[in-house]
Amino acid sequence: MIRAALIMLAVLALPARGEEVVASLSQDTIAITANFDGSEVFVFGAVKRAAPVPEGLPLDVVIALQGPLAPVTVRRKERVAGVWVNTQAVEVDLAPAFYAVATTRPFEQVLSQTEDLRHAVSIPRAIRSVGAPPDVQDSQAFTEALIRLRAESGVYRLEEGEVALAEQTLFSARFELPANLVEGPYRARIFLTRDRAVVDLYEAQIEVRKVGLERMVWALAHESPFLYGSLSLLLAIAAGWAASAAFRLIRL
Amino acid sequence: MQLYLPIAEVSANAFTLLGIGGVVGVLSGMFGVGGGFLVTPLLFFIGIPPAVAVATGANQVVASSVSGVLAQLRRKAVDLRMGSVLLIGGLIGSGGGVWLFNLLQARGQIDLVVQLAYVVFLGTVGGLMLKESLGALRRARQPARPVKRHQHVWVHGLPLKMKFRVSGLYISVIPPILVGMSVGVLAAIMGVGGGFIMVPAMIYLLGMPTKVVVGTSLFQIIFVTAFTTLMHAVTNQSVDMLLALVLIVGGVVGAQLGTRLGARLKAEQLRILLALLVLAVCAKLAIDLLWTPADVFNIAHGGPA
Repeated sequence: MIRAALIMLAVLALPARGEEVVASLSQDTIAITANFDGSEVFVFGAVKRAAPVPEGLPLDVVIALQGPLAPVTVRRKERVAGVWVNTQAVEVDLAPAFYAVATTRPFEQVLSQTEDLRHAVSIPRAIRSVGAPPDVQDSQAFTEALIRLRAESGVYRLEEGEVALAEQTLFSARFELPANLVEGPYRARIFLTRDRAVVDLYEAQIEVRKVGLERMVWALAHESPFLYGSLSLLLAIAAGWAASAAFRLIRL
Repeated sequence: MQLYLPIAEVSANAFTLLGIGGVVGVLSGMFGVGGGFLVTPLLFFIGIPPAVAVATGANQVVASSVSGVLAQLRRKAVDLRMGSVLLIGGLIGSGGGVWLFNLLQARGQIDLVVQLAYVVFLGTVGGLMLKESLGALRRARQPARPVKRHQHVWVHGLPLKMKFRVSGLYISVIPPILVGMSVGVLAAIMGVGGGFIMVPAMIYLLGMPTKVVVGTSLFQIIFVTAFTTLMHAVTNQSVDMLLALVLIVGGVVGAQLGTRLGARLKAEQLRILLALLVLAVCAKLAIDLLWTPADVFNIAHGGPA
C-alpha cells in the first residue's frame, strides 16, 4: 500500500512535460498447463504528446517486469576443520521470483541513481533487505550472491538495449519467461525517461495462474493434505501391483 | 516432452524423469534398497526443489518397493515374519530418530552430523562388504572346502527364540529388533528408507541368506517410506503427484527388470555390486564435504527453514 502510494505521489510529482506513455502487453494472463514450457510477453506502446518532439537529449524507455515477491534465505558455507559447512544465513525480506529490466541504452545512461532509488527499477533496488543477524557483518555480500545466483539461473535479467524505440515514439520489447515460472501477479512498469529522469510511468499487470489439472492437484495438496497423501500412496501401491501383474502376464 | 510440475513449480522433461525412475527401480529390485539416497540427489540435479525431491522420492520408493516385493513373493524370497519383526523395531527406532533429530536441530548443524554419519557409516559398511564378498568369490573359485553354514556365536544364546523358516534361522528376536531400531533411527535422521543399511545388516549381523534379504528389506521399506510420504504430504505439502506418477511408471518397470537381473547374479556378485554402490555414494558425500564448493553461497527457498 505504502509503495503504491509512493508511486502515486511520484507520478503526481512528475514534471508536466506533456509526454505520456500508452502501452499494452501481448497478454494479461498466462495459464500454466501441464505442458507449460515457458512463455513470452511482448510489450509495445507509443509516446503520446501534444507538442512536437522536444529538442535536446533523446527519449529513453525502461521496462521492468517483476514476479511475485517472497522472502528468501541465503546461506554461506565456510571451511570448519577441513569440512565445508553452512555457517551463516541472511534472510532477504522480499525478493522477486522473477525480474527483468529492458532498456533502450546502457542502464546508467537512461536512469539516474536518484530516480532508481525512488522507483526501485534496477535489480539490486528491486530486492528489499532490512536487517541481518548480528553475527553477519557483510550482509551486502549475501544480497549480491542472491542476485548473482538468480542471474545465473536466468530469472534475474538486465537487458540493455533490448527495447526498440523508433522515431522517439514507438517502442517494443520482448520478454522470455522461463519454464519454472512461479504463480502470482507479475507487474510490468514502463518508464519514459529523458536526461536520466522519469518523465512518465505506465503500469500493467499479468496474472500467472495454474489451470486445469495443475490447479486441481495443487488445490487438493493444500486443502486436504491427508487425502492427497493417501491418494499418492494408493497411486504408488496400485502402480507397483499393476507393473508386477503386467510382467507376470508377459512371462506366461 | 516438457511437463510442468504443479507442486515443484518447475518444468521438467518427462523422459528424463522416466529414466531416473527406471534407474532407481532397477537398483530397488536388484538390491532391495529403496533408492531414496539416489533419487533425491538426481531430482535435485535437474532442478526440483529439495523438499519436493525428498517427499516425492519417498512416494516413488513405495511404488517400486511394492512392485519388487510382489516379484520376490512369487519366488518365495520374502521372510514376512522377519520383515514384521524388523518393522516393529524400525517403527520404535523412527520415533527415537525423530526425537534425536529435533535435539540435534536445536543445537544447530544437523546437516553436518547427518553427512558425517553417512560418510563414516557407508565407508565402513561398504568397505567391509567389498572385502568380505571378494574373499567369498575367491574361495568359491578354489576347490570346494566345507564351510560351516551356521556358526554359533553369542547371538544364539539370547532368549525369546523364534523360527524364521524362509530365512532358515532359529534365533532370538532381540537382534532383529535391535537392527530394525538402529536402522529406524538412522532412517529418520537421514531421511531415507534405510535399505542400504538394512541389507548389509541382515546379511552380516543376522546371517540371513542373500536371496531372502532383498525381498524382506523391500517389504519393510514399503511401510517406512509410506509413513514418510504421508508425513511430508500433511506437514509440508511437498509431494508432487504428477512428478511421482512419471517416476513411478519408470520405477515399477525398472523394479521388475531389476528383480530378474538380480536373480541371474550370484549372491557374491550381488554383494560386490552393492558394496561398490555404497562406496560410490560415500565418496560423493565425502567430496561434497571436503571439496571447495563452486559457490560458497546458496539459496534456500522460502523463508526461514
